[in-house]
Amino acid sequence: MSAPDILACQAPSQEADLRDFVLLMKPNVMRLALFTGFVGMMLSPTIPHPVMGLAALLFMGLGAGACGALNMWWEHELDAKMPRTRNRPIPSGRMQPGEALGFGAFLAVASVAAMGLFINYLSAALLALTIIFYLFVYTIWLKPRTPHNIVIGGFAGALPPVIGWTAAAGALALEPVILALIIFLWTPPHFWALALHRQEDYAKAQIPMLPNEAGEKACRAQLALYSLLLAISALSPFFLGFSGWVFLGGAVLLNALLLHKALRLWRGSEGAMPGAMPFFFFSILYLFSLFALLLADRALSALGIL
Amino acid sequence: MTPRQDAPPPLWSDQRLRLRKRRAIALAWILAAAVLLIFLITIVKLGGNVAERSF
Repeated sequence: MSAPDILACQAPSQEADLRDFVLLMKPNVMRLALFTGFVGMMLSPTIPHPVMGLAALLFMGLGAGACGALNMWWEHELDAKMPRTRNRPIPSGRMQPGEALGFGAFLAVASVAAMGLFINYLSAALLALTIIFYLFVYTIWLKPRTPHNIVIGGFAGALPPVIGWTAAAGALALEPVILALIIFLWTPPHFWALALHRQEDYAKAQIPMLPNEAGEKACRAQLALYSLLLAISALSPFFLGFSGWVFLGGAVLLNALLLHKALRLWRGSEGAMPGAMPFFFFSILYLFSLFALLLADRALSALGIL
Repeated sequence: MTPRQDAPPPLWSDQRLRLRKRRAIALAWILAAAVLLIFLITIVKLGGNVAERSF
């Protein structure tokens, strides 16, 4: 096609900017996946060559980006109904759904292939499992059907530290499974806090989140229960012997804050949810800090300080 | 080839063509980075084996 022909074509209503492709990869979710993956890698008994470690993290990040893009492609009609997601690249009209699908599918295939070719097949298989689980099991199957969507769906978000570990060590072990368990138990209270705050949005989009289906009271009780399970599991790296006193001290402090906020939310009044968003933001800080403590503890013991 | 007379008026404003160009340039940088990454990975994987190979 010559240039004048292209200029005479009917163009889509708007043009996607580079920024839209970055937004499509859900950079905030990707950041958490990369960080937990990095910690998994650093805790493994084999520290990889820096180039190989960075490459493995890059492929993991691209895989996480694929999940975000494919999720936004599948949910673009739902996203248009909720104020929180209305301005995403597809519902805002800046990007065509097909562009997001193509971008996400390419990222998914490329990241898994690169992980298999350059790192190892186990990590590639786990990355493929993460993407398939996130798209087909969580986004397409569970999310519109059951209020337990986020409980089971949390499995996909829990895998990055396992992938980080296997990318470095080449085999599975108990330690990365414990890290995955912590993220798995962290996911429900984190998302239920958001769901409590955004109940109307989820009702409008007809997504059966726990507060809408079981009621606020039951959701707050479940949130507190999962926070307790999370707090217990968060101490296991110390008791299983792969983390030391620095980690334990920090984890106990973080747990106290977590349980305090969860209890306040549980016992709060009906209707207004003043504690929901603070809990949501604190839960992000909690997970980052917990994994940072694991990293710091390992670094201190590697340097011989502990 | 000349534009068809019955075609709708062109919608490709300068702004949109600028955005396209920005995307094309970014893609070129990404491809160059991918080439560099694969080169580095290859060198790391070869390691000392190149020097020790038997002829």
